[in-house]
Amino acid sequence: MSDAKEMTLAEREASIGGIGTARKRKEDARFIRGKGNYVDDIKLPGMLHGDFVRSAYAHARIKSIDTAEALAVPGVLAVITAKDLEPLNLHWMPTLAGDVAAVLAHKKVHFQNQEVAFVVATDRYAAADGVQKVEVDYQELPPLIDPLKALAADAPIIRDDVADQDEVGQGKRHHPNHIFEWQVGDTQATDAAFAAAEVTVKADIDYPRCHPSPLETCGCVAAMDAVNGKLTVYGTFQAPHVIRTVVSMITSLEESSIRIVSPDIGGGFGNKVGAYPGYICAAAASIVTGHPVKWIESRIDNLTSTAFARDYHMTGELAATRDGRIQAVRVKVIADHGAFNTHAQPMKWPAGLFNIVTGSYDIPVGHVKVDGVYTNKAPGGVAYRCSFRVTEAAYLIERLVDILALETAVDKAEIRLRNFIRPEQFPYKSSLGWEYDSGDYPTALKQAMAAVDYAGLRQEQAAKRERGELMGIGVATFTEIVGAGPVRNCDIVGLGMFDSCEIRVHPTGSAIARLGTKSQGQGHETTFAQIIATELGLPSDNITVEEGDTDTAPYGLGTYGSRSTPVAGAAAARAARKIRAKAKKIAAHVLEVSEVDLEWQVDRFTVTGSDISMTMKDIAMAAYSNVPEGMEHGLETTDYYNPPNFTYPFGAYICVVDIDRFTGDVAVRRFYALDDCGTRINPMVIEGQIHGGLAEAYGIALGQEIVYDAMGNVQGASLMDYFLPSAVETPEWQTDFTVTPCPHHPIGAKGIGESPNVGGVPAFSNAIIDAFGHLGVTHMPMPHTQWRVWQTLNELGLNT
Amino acid sequence: MTPGVFEYHRPTSVAEAVALLARFGDDGKALAGGHSLIPMMKLRLAEPAHLIDINGIADLGGIRADGDDIVIGATTTLAAVLGSDLLRDRCPILPQAAAQIADPQVRNCGTIGGNCANGDPGNDCPAIMMALGARYLVLGASGTREVAARDFYHGVYATALADDELLTEVRIPAPAADTGMSYQKIKRKVGDFAIAAAAVTLTLADGACADAAVALTNVGDTPLMAPGAAAALKGTKVDQAAIAAAAAAAMATADPVHDLRGTVAYRTAMAGEMTRRAIAEALSRAGGA
Amino acid sequence: MATRKIALTVNGEAVAAEVEPRTLLIHFLREQLDLTGSHIGCETSHCGACTVDLNGKSVKSCTVFAVQADGGEVRTVEGLAAGADLHPLQEGFFQNHGLQCGYCTPGMLTSAWRLLQENPDPTDAEIRIGISGNLCRCTGYQNIVKAIRYAADKMNQA
Repeated sequence: MSDAKEMTLAEREASIGGIGTARKRKEDARFIRGKGNYVDDIKLPGMLHGDFVRSAYAHARIKSIDTAEALAVPGVLAVITAKDLEPLNLHWMPTLAGDVAAVLAHKKVHFQNQEVAFVVATDRYAAADGVQKVEVDYQELPPLIDPLKALAADAPIIRDDVADQDEVGQGKRHHPNHIFEWQVGDTQATDAAFAAAEVTVKADIDYPRCHPSPLETCGCVAAMDAVNGKLTVYGTFQAPHVIRTVVSMITSLEESSIRIVSPDIGGGFGNKVGAYPGYICAAAASIVTGHPVKWIESRIDNLTSTAFARDYHMTGELAATRDGRIQAVRVKVIADHGAFNTHAQPMKWPAGLFNIVTGSYDIPVGHVKVDGVYTNKAPGGVAYRCSFRVTEAAYLIERLVDILALETAVDKAEIRLRNFIRPEQFPYKSSLGWEYDSGDYPTALKQAMAAVDYAGLRQEQAAKRERGELMGIGVATFTEIVGAGPVRNCDIVGLGMFDSCEIRVHPTGSAIARLGTKSQGQGHETTFAQIIATELGLPSDNITVEEGDTDTAPYGLGTYGSRSTPVAGAAAARAARKIRAKAKKIAAHVLEVSEVDLEWQVDRFTVTGSDISMTMKDIAMAAYSNVPEGMEHGLETTDYYNPPNFTYPFGAYICVVDIDRFTGDVAVRRFYALDDCGTRINPMVIEGQIHGGLAEAYGIALGQEIVYDAMGNVQGASLMDYFLPSAVETPEWQTDFTVTPCPHHPIGAKGIGESPNVGGVPAFSNAIIDAFGHLGVTHMPMPHTQWRVWQTLNELGLNT
Repeated sequence: MTPGVFEYHRPTSVAEAVALLARFGDDGKALAGGHSLIPMMKLRLAEPAHLIDINGIADLGGIRADGDDIVIGATTTLAAVLGSDLLRDRCPILPQAAAQIADPQVRNCGTIGGNCANGDPGNDCPAIMMALGARYLVLGASGTREVAARDFYHGVYATALADDELLTEVRIPAPAADTGMSYQKIKRKVGDFAIAAAAVTLTLADGACADAAVALTNVGDTPLMAPGAAAALKGTKVDQAAIAAAAAAAMATADPVHDLRGTVAYRTAMAGEMTRRAIAEALSRAGGA
Repeated sequence: MATRKIALTVNGEAVAAEVEPRTLLIHFLREQLDLTGSHIGCETSHCGACTVDLNGKSVKSCTVFAVQADGGEVRTVEGLAAGADLHPLQEGFFQNHGLQCGYCTPGMLTSAWRLLQENPDPTDAEIRIGISGNLCRCTGYQNIVKAIRYAADKMNQA
């Protein structure tokens, strides 16, 4: 029976460390001691190293590859080319988007730095020596770099391998460089609304190509155990089970003979979801050599060949009344996917969840058309905290609303208040097909405005404008869509996007949980334990959370798109509730009462109207010793959760900037971020996610771009040039929150990881452009580098 | 990424270092801070067969006054320059610049000698040394010579230093009384080379500019003296008109490349703006307006 | 590929080893001494994940050859804690959520350790400059600054 009546209710709750607690992180213990276990820390006996020979050209035929000198380099054991992989049919691999991608360039190269040969050596220095000595003879071909020219009749054809296919996994295409056309909405009604509108605005708005650049690059250690016929691959996998299934699909190995392990991952941000040639080549090399093979890419490799982000060329239009009420939205996008369509997102959505482009606004009608195209650039597009193209959508609508505000001479916050979806309209069906779960946008924006004294800031801005000083106020009120997703329309290579949690409670009242997700810094070992702790009434300190080993974790689709809390978090809550339901039966049996007489409170069942109770800790012991007749022993279960809908976190961000009119330097004076992610599991972790996402947004808005010249040479693809802000450039952040629970989620949580990037970029961009709003400037392209801002200053004669 | 194979030498005297440089010619490179050379080696853009590590040579370090000169040994780190009381008091443009070069860890290794001798137009010290009228002491197999900083830079990675020579110390003539100096650098972030930078020294006498020097960083193949800019200041009270003329002259001198740091127009304009700001600060430090 | 013998002190312990001249200090520490706490995040000496303390200074160990450390003293993140007792910096990062993925953390801790040796009571601005050679992609730096501030206060009270 239960003791510890001495603890008050508050003490009992505190000892649980459950939902809502700013619990310190479990994972920190190893990281602060330098005892993390990242893939490059792994050292296996006899391990070899692999490195790539990469293409010097963006578009070229391979005439020959001479490996003789490389093979003579001390320490080099093998040089693998497409020809060696061809008999295994591994020289090409299926992508997660229904296309195929080269593992090693076969007959031609499609982007600069594409993998051409894989050198295997005794150590990484010898591998680099070997790479230097491989001679590749190329015949250059004219490259296609400008996506806006991809569909021209005379455009160079990039993909010979699929040139005669009228589909590459995403429906009919109408040009060899065309990947897909995706449309949603009502063309006729939209065109009619525009024709009838009192006011229309239109803008060409590009979201430049950038790159998530997690601090740890991608890599793996592949170890084929020839004796037991089992392939183990340790690697930077945000979705280990998907990798296992894909590896099984492309090799002759059963999934039961493949073990994928994601150890600690040094940041993912969507860069580590898909399968890269390095993984396949390392595995093949391990099979061929009989040794473990490690592949760790360099930073330049990472920035030039792994999943980039964005590269959306958008034309957006709003139709509105004279007082700024939006009547329709119309969008056309050319999406530059690079040479292969590789990105990881629900496959039925080739433009991701871009049709959230209605944002936080009640827009009666709309139409979106996205055309994906190939270019001679690195493949990718969906990455970098984008929630599957939500960053692009939010950026577009937030810019268009600001442009409409200028056109109608309505204040930028006021115009948003006029157009917000009202709280009473939820659940809200948008004209582009989403059912938003819950939200209270006016409260959020008004709270943010009050906190920064928005009216005072506008007054200050007016006074400064009189003196020729440039101050900008950026407002971004975003709604985003995460938690992919309902299996009926969300799958990756046919795998439904459910997720899972398995919980086992031990006899003495601690527990272990395993999930199908994989943290890369989001703190799952801490936060999922909190969810389970609250449901089970066991201290989170005593709940071990494991992810990432496909031999032990239940099947899941991994962590990206802010889906872990909405999907696996729900599974965790539901699994814990199933256990609690069983525990109730056990308690009833032990206490010799009927279940209906038992009430649950914090950590125990109490017999209604008495002092008699039984803690979950004691029930755990009973589960192994004294269960009712007919009941199995043990206290464990697995839950696979198929979410009924996505979740819709939202926020109101306000950014204040001061611009040096001589240099184009942008000083961020203040950044205020109010987020609503529904139920808040760990306020400390949430705040950390916001800080980090805003820092990324700052980098994107102020300086990040992956640039190609006309010949397809990638410019500035090292940290010399790719702008990763240091602690000196990065602004300070103020965070705030409201709580609008998700009605369909077991604990009302929505997810938060990507919101700051979704809302942060438009907040920064809107602020900078707002500084010039009184001078007729409606848009300025990102990134807002000093030299670009100066161009505007110079054109307006402000720098004299 | 990893470097190619080389042989490593660690001479204990300057003479030994120079002898090794002479012996290996263009197969040998001196290793001081290594934070320009080693990154190049890791990318295999530089593959010297022999590295001659001069860090252990005591004679090559130190900051001291020597008569009318300030003398800085070649292996003096940028961190030491940043923290030097002597330089702060007598040649503050150097600690000011050091704070704008690289980051703390790189400054702990990067040296004055390396920054001056490397020949990358992005290095900051060269323009400053030119503005200061500094001289470099160079030691080779054939003996010692002095080269004026203003004569040292010929092109991208092309300097007056022969393969068998070592820059051993930098000699800065003591600035005259009522001299102010400033280094203004605009860059994208900490650690970046300059979009443009200007080094200005200004000497006042009777409320007017008796002497001035202006030199520009990273707006040409080499650091650039801007004699037109200095001429626009000499004899004037360094009023707004003189400053504007000097900035315009600096812009006319600048010949930047278009790269990810900015367009030619922008970088040229920044050469002017940094000149303007450096003059203003140098003036106030000289005791002027 | 001739090797050279080197002898140095790492985290207070004498180490004797043989290395190729071209072996970078970061690889020597990680692969020969199995001190995998210091990390590699780039190859152009920008990110600072490899920062260690060498002869009393923070350096990027990816830009130093192991042979250059011959006769020297190296301290890595593994040498910060005194046995089971965490250093106040480690405690500060834990209390203030100064880490997420943990990859930049060892370099940050080592830089911060030397910063506080040189400047025991830094302002927030000085802290930011002090860690400006250490990039982080997860935290946005704000909690790292708080963590270092926490440690400085704790050490100054002691």
